[in-house]
Amino acid sequence: MILAQVVLNGFLMGAVYALFSSGLTLIWGMMNVVNFAHGDFVMIAMYVAFVVFTALHLGPVFFVPAAAMLLFLLGVTVYFGLVRHVMRGPMLAQILGTFGLALVLRYATLWIFTANFVSLPENLLGDVVTFAGLRLEPSRVAAGIAALALTIGLHLLLTRTALGSRLLAVAEDRNAAMLVGIRPDPMQALAWGLGAACTGVAGALIALFFYISPLVGESLALIAFVVVCLGGFGSVPGALVAGLTIGVVESLTSFWIGPAFKDVVVFVLFLGVLWFRPQGLLGKA
Amino acid sequence: MKITRRPLLAAPALMLAGRAQAQGAPIKVGTLLPLTGVAASAGNSAKAAIELAVELVNTPRPDLASMPLMATTGFPAIGGRPLEVVIADQQGSPSVAQNQALRLITQERVVALTNGYQSGLAQTASAIAERHGIPYVNGESVATNLTERGFRWFFRTTPIGPDIAAIYVEFLKAARIDGRPVSKIAIVNENTEYGTSIADVIRRTAEQGGISIELQIPYAANSADVSAQVLQLKGAQPDVVIFISYTSDAILYARTMRAQGYRPPILIGDNSGFSDDNFVQTAGDIAQGLINRSAFDPSRPGSNSFKINALYKARTGREMDDTTARMMQGFLVACDAINRAGSTQPAAIQAALRATDLSADQLMIGYRGVKFDDKGQNTKASVLLVQLRGREYVSVWPTETATAQLQLPYKGWE
Repeated sequence: MILAQVVLNGFLMGAVYALFSSGLTLIWGMMNVVNFAHGDFVMIAMYVAFVVFTALHLGPVFFVPAAAMLLFLLGVTVYFGLVRHVMRGPMLAQILGTFGLALVLRYATLWIFTANFVSLPENLLGDVVTFAGLRLEPSRVAAGIAALALTIGLHLLLTRTALGSRLLAVAEDRNAAMLVGIRPDPMQALAWGLGAACTGVAGALIALFFYISPLVGESLALIAFVVVCLGGFGSVPGALVAGLTIGVVESLTSFWIGPAFKDVVVFVLFLGVLWFRPQGLLGKA
Repeated sequence: MKITRRPLLAAPALMLAGRAQAQGAPIKVGTLLPLTGVAASAGNSAKAAIELAVELVNTPRPDLASMPLMATTGFPAIGGRPLEVVIADQQGSPSVAQNQALRLITQERVVALTNGYQSGLAQTASAIAERHGIPYVNGESVATNLTERGFRWFFRTTPIGPDIAAIYVEFLKAARIDGRPVSKIAIVNENTEYGTSIADVIRRTAEQGGISIELQIPYAANSADVSAQVLQLKGAQPDVVIFISYTSDAILYARTMRAQGYRPPILIGDNSGFSDDNFVQTAGDIAQGLINRSAFDPSRPGSNSFKINALYKARTGREMDDTTARMMQGFLVACDAINRAGSTQPAAIQAALRATDLSADQLMIGYRGVKFDDKGQNTKASVLLVQLRGREYVSVWPTETATAQLQLPYKGWE
């Protein structure tokens, strides 16, 4: 019974990993820009949720869309204000550019909100439910469902709509896309906006069960990069599969071998997958 | 309106104070704190306390006259020169701590270093101080080996591993006498110097006392998820669980235990994370009955602890927690030694530290005093056990000094 709970918790945590990696998949996997500020985007979204809840007394129904919208704006702003310019520079400029952005966001938040930990009240979505002897936290289940919905939504957007085709075209070959009449700038900006908005949804939902602090992005960011790599660059369903896999592997390793070793097992698995499938689990070669 | 004559009486004192304003170039003390990184909340709490300490040293505070340097201005034995603190962020990284210590010594020319917070970081930073022959006073890091390295420039005021292990084991033995089962004990510790060393010393002390540790789970403090550990405990059903954690992981444990519906009969949360006011405010409500150690009890009006806590609260809006209090006390001991040295020469300060003999009423914390042994460890440090009630810790053990009755079993969220 306990083992079943361990696997279930791993799945739910994995869904959370997939959820906050979805935005990164779009930006990194498709635009080929490594957004080092990704973890801090999640953190900003958590604070949006916190502020909307404490200052305006509005629940998740309001603060999740609010975080999505604000982060969309942040994503677009970051694209026009920073990324568009650094993309013309060498690779290193891109890396340091978004890394600098991460530090600015992190320490601006530290300055405004101090380093203190805050959190939303527990059980904002209701108390723990016991189902067939398994304990389910509604907030984590909601995050899991959202991860699934976002993944499917993004996947459909990219593969079934004209807009998605345009996004993909720009991602694949900017010049060729321009030749067929697609202006790359709005598309790239849209990708940043959408990516950031997904991150916004993720952050706001994670805030339901996680502590909030200006430095929380640090503990979440690394895993997002691994998820995107493992799932395959640009593959939205890949991120979901990878997130769930990592969640369950971590959980089982912690339970059987010990929590201090969970990263080792995850990264050995990661390296193993890269060895045989460098394009990632569901990436295209 | 009630008319008070206090302000009138205070006026001449203030005029004197104005004249006795600190003179000369400030004397710099370097302080290493985790202002960023996972321990940032603790570091920033401590920063406020250190800044308060500087203000108290530099302005006359007759109300705190029983403590050294409080009634006077600056360092009276060094021509009244004011105190200046240079606070450096060690970012929770041992190598940064080392670089910052080097910078403070060689560029800022501090006369002494203090604090450090994480044991592993105090360890690397104090090695730099030792090499440069600069006194290092630590008030909070508890890993035993810090004072077992044969260092001549390192001094520590806090109770350490063996003191802490001793009180936990005595408490568990007493609980056993009361008829509570304490045969199965689990230790869950973060896996750096602090968690590992405290876990080891608790294990040794417990085994000497005839209590065996059945399960030990080391984990990384920056984990994003701790549910597997909680389920492991749930499966093993120990009588007592002892957590040794920093703040973010302590909060996660409390929340995850609530989510998984797990409550051990006795839950001990060792200091750092569990003492942090951030833990008490964000997770205190679901960790009722948690037992912790402390040396700081600000509940008695008129005591130095009470007054310092009030000043701190006026400044930050928060209660001073035990770790912050121990950090501030360590810093004040360093200042007192500099003054008694009568000079800014490192050797003179080192000699003054060796000669330190403060009594309980000269402190802002509940130690029996401060007097260092040859290794630089305070021999008069002491510790008591407190229990979380509402959003406050009350002292419950040893019973002679307790202000409240111990309540078992652990309640958690009910």
